[in-house]
Amino acid sequence: MASFGKYARLVFGAVAFFLIVATSMHSSSAQQVNPTASSVKEQQLLQELNRVQGRVSIPDQRSGVLEQPAGRDWREFRNVTLRWVGGIAILGMIAVMVIFYLTRGMVRLESGRSGRSIVRFNALERFVHWMTATCFIILAVSGLNITFGRPLLLPLIGFEVFSEWSQWAKYAHNYLSFPFTIGVVLIFLMWVGGNIPNRVDIDWLKRGGGMVGHDHPPAYRFNAGQKAIYWIVVIGGTAVAVTGYQLMFPFYLSGIEGMQLAQVVHSIVAVLFVAAMLAHIYIGTIGMEGAFEAMGTGTVDLNWAKEHHSLWLEEQKARTGPNDAQPQPAAAE
Amino acid sequence: MARMKFLCDADRCIECNACVTACKNEHEVPWGINRRRVVTINDGKPGERSISMACMHCTDAPCAAVCPVNCFYTTADGVVLHSKDLCIGCGYCFYACPFGAPQYPKVGNFGSRGKMDKCTFCAGGPEADGSKEEYEKYGANRLAEGKLPLCAEMCSTKSLLAGDGEIIAQIYKERVTKRGYGSGAWGWKTAYREAIES
Repeated sequence: MASFGKYARLVFGAVAFFLIVATSMHSSSAQQVNPTASSVKEQQLLQELNRVQGRVSIPDQRSGVLEQPAGRDWREFRNVTLRWVGGIAILGMIAVMVIFYLTRGMVRLESGRSGRSIVRFNALERFVHWMTATCFIILAVSGLNITFGRPLLLPLIGFEVFSEWSQWAKYAHNYLSFPFTIGVVLIFLMWVGGNIPNRVDIDWLKRGGGMVGHDHPPAYRFNAGQKAIYWIVVIGGTAVAVTGYQLMFPFYLSGIEGMQLAQVVHSIVAVLFVAAMLAHIYIGTIGMEGAFEAMGTGTVDLNWAKEHHSLWLEEQKARTGPNDAQPQPAAAE
Repeated sequence: MARMKFLCDADRCIECNACVTACKNEHEVPWGINRRRVVTINDGKPGERSISMACMHCTDAPCAAVCPVNCFYTTADGVVLHSKDLCIGCGYCFYACPFGAPQYPKVGNFGSRGKMDKCTFCAGGPEADGSKEEYEKYGANRLAEGKLPLCAEMCSTKSLLAGDGEIIAQIYKERVTKRGYGSGAWGWKTAYREAIES
């Protein structure tokens, strides 16, 4: 009986084995199914979103972006578009200034100096201006170095020196962004009152701001040109600060595509900003007689105020009384 | 001359992360930096695929093109390397890279970027091959020893292939022909402007 049981088990086992083999052979012959037919496909994902993203098991979840070919567009912008825009804006502005200086020359004080002066910017205003201006110049130079340094400066000074300089320029760019931002905020608060556009500006602009010829359209404390510079500083400064911090603190505000966009905004606004500030520096120094002392010593000649900011001068006289601004009796009144 | 490339056969990758671990260990990559990672797409859904990704050592590499200090160079084997002595940690290569390869150690205040670190195809850096300085900055230089990248050597399913582009493409093509399917060489079109027909 025991041998029969053994025999039965063997037969059963053999039948079961053949069944399994047969089934598996059958299934392998039926496996013409294509597993990739239902799988994710790279080209399809790229066409849908222009990026491929998934899940990673390492702590750095940002590395879940597998592929983002948009970097190629950014590369084109950074290496070609930006250099053209920046080059034309800055060199164009310099060219305009040179031509203007050669044709018009310095805008002179037509009635000469009166020898009497009036306070235009107090110590705090001048401090904020120069703090922001100093930061801006260093930020501009270090920023332009990132865009134009490799083709222009690197071949002249070599890899090691250029890297060393760029490293310090990067530190300066990062750290001076803080006082610069504070400066922009203070400039906004300090001078917003005098910089709201009004009807006087339209007349001032119609008369060309007195830039051509010898016209002196009236203006309050800030004329339309200064108001334009003011809003360029406030709006442009805010734009470069926000986008700059987005780049300085990667992934706090956005992913990689947001940082590419931030760099585009940051650099375009920055090169236009530099061009605008060149004009500001020109008119504040060699462009106009008696203008620099407003931010230098803080006082301007009374005749300068009369010619360029007549309405402001009247306001000041009305507020302080004639004798405060001018030691002599107010015969001119 | 060989043209070194990576190829991840997504139909074989089982997301074991051995390549990630091997890379970190071989080069003593610091905390917070992964030169290689495995990304799973459509995780848990039918048709999910895992792809191991690092620097692809692109043809006409975008990182090299945008670098403000020109710290990248391509070796005779087509491996894209960089000099940490020249790198200023600006982050531009990271914006341009299609594969998220450049990594930055967080140093100093505000977690600002330190010198960039990325996959070297186990080929070290500009320092002398196998030197202590090279190892400290870039990790092991296996290529100089006649070995291929450890991630691919370690791969348990031989999903990740590293080596001369023509040879690994040939291996992949043979696989596809034999098994009858293949989801393509991920990233090749972006990195090398060519795809492997399957």
